[in-house]
Amino acid sequence: MVLAVITLAALSFLFAALLVLAHKKLHVDEDPRIDAVYQLLPRTNCGACGFPGCLGLAEAMAAGSALPAKCTVISEDEKEYIAEFLGVDVGSEEKVVARLACAGGSNVARNRARYEGLDSCRGAALVSGGGKGCFWGCLGLGDCEAVCDVDAIVMNEHDLPVVIEDKCTACGDCVDACPKDLFSLHPVSHRLWVACKNLQRGDAALEECDVACDACGKCAVDAPAGLITMIDNLPIVNYEKSAGGQGAIERCPTGAIVWFDVDKGPVTGRAAHRVIRHGARRVSST
Amino acid sequence: MLGFARTETFRHGIHPPEHKDDTCHLAIRRFPFAPTLVVPLSQHLGKPAVPIVREGQEVVRGQTIAEADGFLSVAMHAPATGIVRRIALAPSISGDMITSIYLQAQPASSQEVAEGEPCDLASASSVEIISAIQKAGIVGLGGAAFPTHVKLKVPEGKHLDTLIVNGVECEPYLTTDHRVMLEQTADVILGVRYLLRATGAGEAIIAVESNKQDAADKLRQQLPDDLPVTVHVCPVKYPQGAEKLLIQALLGREVPSGGLPVDVGAICVNVATTAEIGRLLPHGRGIQERVITIGGPGVRHKGNYRIPIGTTVRFALEQTGTLKNLSRVFLGGPMMGAAVSNLDIPVTKGTSGIIAFTTDEIGENIEVYPCIHCARCVEACPIFLNPSQLGLLARHEEYLQMAENYNLLDCFECGACSYVCPSHIPLVQYFRLAKKMVRKLEPAK
Repeated sequence: MVLAVITLAALSFLFAALLVLAHKKLHVDEDPRIDAVYQLLPRTNCGACGFPGCLGLAEAMAAGSALPAKCTVISEDEKEYIAEFLGVDVGSEEKVVARLACAGGSNVARNRARYEGLDSCRGAALVSGGGKGCFWGCLGLGDCEAVCDVDAIVMNEHDLPVVIEDKCTACGDCVDACPKDLFSLHPVSHRLWVACKNLQRGDAALEECDVACDACGKCAVDAPAGLITMIDNLPIVNYEKSAGGQGAIERCPTGAIVWFDVDKGPVTGRAAHRVIRHGARRVSST
Repeated sequence: MLGFARTETFRHGIHPPEHKDDTCHLAIRRFPFAPTLVVPLSQHLGKPAVPIVREGQEVVRGQTIAEADGFLSVAMHAPATGIVRRIALAPSISGDMITSIYLQAQPASSQEVAEGEPCDLASASSVEIISAIQKAGIVGLGGAAFPTHVKLKVPEGKHLDTLIVNGVECEPYLTTDHRVMLEQTADVILGVRYLLRATGAGEAIIAVESNKQDAADKLRQQLPDDLPVTVHVCPVKYPQGAEKLLIQALLGREVPSGGLPVDVGAICVNVATTAEIGRLLPHGRGIQERVITIGGPGVRHKGNYRIPIGTTVRFALEQTGTLKNLSRVFLGGPMMGAAVSNLDIPVTKGTSGIIAFTTDEIGENIEVYPCIHCARCVEACPIFLNPSQLGLLARHEEYLQMAENYNLLDCFECGACSYVCPSHIPLVQYFRLAKKMVRKLEPAK
């Protein structure tokens, strides 16, 4: 009995000593600021900053390789607080947002068939393309709205997603979710935007959607040289060049090319026909 | 019975109503040419064909208009004498827009089919036959449209002993293979000769379900004595026409997960494909038409038609007439076929039927209820998966787990689980989506 107590006590002291030794020997100095900064970040791991999660960004900030402006989710005040805490500059990053390359809501785009089945765009896209007349167009079942963690995407009354730019953190979840690849991330300074992906031209495109690009090429002609090129029946904007005002969109007959105004949101050109239909277009197979 | 002691079939499976009586006694009739035929360059699995005609060019019926691009690809032939109007995008049953040749048929033409270089059975080698099959543009006419010549090329180190000619046709409503076996018996037998020569298989089995006893009898009657071919009548069960299950039913061999039939020494060729080989190769022609069933409750003049490839579904249904309250149109059978969202989709080599339903059969919005764990799907699944569990995982988007732990990728989407589900859960659609997501996610892993 006494022997057992002594043996166990001796063993426990031995192991405790080993633990203390290991703790001293294997100790890693971690910057205490990393955890402090991490607590100030949103901790949603959206990935918009390009680092592996919020902890990754916190480490980079503490090491000085990234500035607080990298985080697109927190407010300006919070950024300044972090900058002050770390003793660095806030830095500046241009705001990047998700943009949708389709304007074909249910009031302008035609459905050739009514889809029934799984209530998701990815499911609908598997069934003969989902019933929308335009193969490239938005299916309107809201996978992007569901996947957006920050509620920056809402479906409007015509079943078309609208991006609320102030809330968008450019995490890219909607880009992955859309089965038609309609979303892409753009700096807000990219104001000239082609809201159509239909590769058909003329009547073939307009038959499916009132606001489709019919590949007339007027925007390419009106824009400064080299800004817009027509490739595969769609205008492709070269964002390296300065848009120099919204002259390119004015003669667009359908309003497929838009200008993201700072206050008014997307505006179409003067020549674009006005969409007066409010209800959904009838489903028709002809 | 013909040396077969085993009469059992594969395990599990279902018995949907057959609905074949409407069309199975109707002889194959020729379908009129549509004013414009749309020939997609990708009607098969594999690389799209490369067009060798230009816009405005006149072509003769049967002329090669697109050539195979590599080994996993086949040629395309003009379905009618006429003018190539344009080469542009056209909708397809997969939902994609596919580059297609728009051909305007010439009304005054005699529509004579051009002859090519014949492939002589007596002198041709295995390689020559396989290349002739590729040139003839022959793909699996059962529905999958897999290039037949790829299947026939036995990989190095594999031994092939049995050729199975698949005349099971287990899909409800479809009766094309039935009519082909009855009316083109000689073509089927000639096709078997070509296939035996090409593959070097020792024997062939023609598999027929017992609801086509007349076809089996006719085949048996006409089988020559010098051919090592037997006709085997299987009991009716869905999905017996799936090649892996048919091999299991006939030979008692199980194709391993992720494997090919050739791994167990067998290959499976559809009977309509076999008949086309026997019909086309002696003349060096290519596939420019195929037999399809146009049927279902929504069609007025149901029947089996030899229809030019590229006829749009709209034209086909206009010619046969439809009822007013049409609700859904399927290409292929109702079990594995695909619902059509656009009537301008053309009939391709893989289309085995156009089936139309009215609002009387398929009502509005079928309500989906939660899974009640009745396990009917588990008992229906012919490959012993667990659709109930898979469906649950799919709802929670656990796609990789479905593939790793529940063998999702073995599912061939026969639809037996969805058919028996009392809660109307769209299981197959879930699995299709999951398979697509797994293929998208796996390279990232």
